[in-house]
Amino acid sequence: MSIKGKAYIGGVFEHPIREATDQSTPQLHAECAKGALADAGLIRDDVDGYFCAGDAPGFGAMSMIDYMGLKVRHMDSTETGGSSYILHVGHAAEAIAAGKCSVALVTLAGRPRQMRGGGLGGGRAMGPSEAPEAGFENIYGGTTHNVYGMCAMRHMYEYGTTSEQLAWIKVAASHHAQWNPHALLREVVTVEEVLASPIIASPLHRLDCCVITDGGGAVIVVSPEVARSLKRPLVKIIGSAEAPKGPRGGGDLDLTFSAGAWSGPAAFAEAGVTPADIKYASIYDSFTITVLMQLEDLGFCAKGDGGRFVADGALISGIGKLPFNTDGGGLCNNHPTNRGGITKVIEAVRQLRGEAHPKVQVPSCDLAIAHGTGGFLGARHGAATLILERE
Amino acid sequence: MNDQPRPATRKIPAPAINNESRPFWDAAREGRFLIKRCRACGRAHWYPRLSCPFCFSDVTMWEASAGEGAIYTFSVMRRTDGPSYAIGYVTLDEGPAMLTNFVDCDLEALEIGQRVRLRFQETEGGPPVPVFAPA
Ligand SMILES: [Zn+2]
Repeated sequence: MSIKGKAYIGGVFEHPIREATDQSTPQLHAECAKGALADAGLIRDDVDGYFCAGDAPGFGAMSMIDYMGLKVRHMDSTETGGSSYILHVGHAAEAIAAGKCSVALVTLAGRPRQMRGGGLGGGRAMGPSEAPEAGFENIYGGTTHNVYGMCAMRHMYEYGTTSEQLAWIKVAASHHAQWNPHALLREVVTVEEVLASPIIASPLHRLDCCVITDGGGAVIVVSPEVARSLKRPLVKIIGSAEAPKGPRGGGDLDLTFSAGAWSGPAAFAEAGVTPADIKYASIYDSFTITVLMQLEDLGFCAKGDGGRFVADGALISGIGKLPFNTDGGGLCNNHPTNRGGITKVIEAVRQLRGEAHPKVQVPSCDLAIAHGTGGFLGARHGAATLILERE
Repeated sequence: MNDQPRPATRKIPAPAINNESRPFWDAAREGRFLIKRCRACGRAHWYPRLSCPFCFSDVTMWEASAGEGAIYTFSVMRRTDGPSYAIGYVTLDEGPAMLTNFVDCDLEALEIGQRVRLRFQETEGGPPVPVFAPA
């Protein structure tokens, strides 16, 4: 059994807020839900499936379902960090294909800028916990920055990847962000400016790191019957896959690839397409190295060739061979709640609908990928891949 | 640049200890560094656990490690609000790679492949934890 063609994206919404001084986190979830429902042309009572992850406050799905007054017959709060929401879209497609629901709502929201030192992700230190690895790992000052930095360091060692090549990823994102009025950082930057920004966790500079933003987003996944009843372009889910990766007992440790090396090929196989067919790519960009490794893992280039692949504007829409993160991505636009997965789905849907900003819209964009890595790239993380087609 | 990392004097918090890990920490208090090896498949693993992560056998035994290995990777965290420090993975000569800090060294001179040797560093109210310095 496959989910290919069994579900569609009916509605999406990215909260325009980046600094939520006056809103509560549950309120932001509800505002995102309302936005996505309005985009789809559906109402709350149409929702019969709900998906959320670790950012949902309180008792997770139970609290949010009760808060929003949802009446659902299917729910899922799988937690894989920032990739959760890409994975949720795949799970929603599975649930719809199995007849467990027909209108699935996925929400993400939070206020990390109001909770400096608190909240989820985003420079978060690995802290005390009952995790099995806690006593042996959380003592070493691991944060998102240095745990991703370790991957970049090893990738440079094995493949000769350079800081200049990584910088091109940020440069491409900034070229796109200049057209996004909601982007936190709209200024176009150069490779030289990225390299001149201070080192945060070697070899990563400040401008290799994503933004920290409040806000959120929502996605509505619907059955084919519901999709055809909506007055929206048809965005069909044709492939999805997920995979976990960790240090695996310290045996054969290899930090030069991510779990996307497993989820990517599986999603492409289900979709029956190849990386060469993809017109637009939403690639999780917590850090520049995240993008480079995932592009390799997904098969857009050979392992180790990522640096050469992304250089010289290759990821800039209208210029390069693979337009990516045309909203400005997590590097410039938005990384709500330190979890960028949902914005990856949202911009892919905009591209497939032809609703991206005209300056970055990919012509006749009929096939897109949304891929993410959540958690700690150099330790435990979860990858999710989604392949979407304009029908 | 005026932001040369200072020697790593980051305070290390007390590690979380449970019944599964207690023998490791009891040995650490005596200056002994233990790893776990599986009797069924013969492989050593890290972090130590009751069941072998490679073959899921329950027959895992504590053994003394020489505490020597090579840097697999590292990252120097530049802090303005405290001491800079280096986190990284060491591949032990016994096989497994482990997360750790590199101490008592020039953080700018760290290199992948460099030989390092274990030492124990005091923590805030807990047993000492394994860290590494150039061999
Ligand atoms: Zn074994």
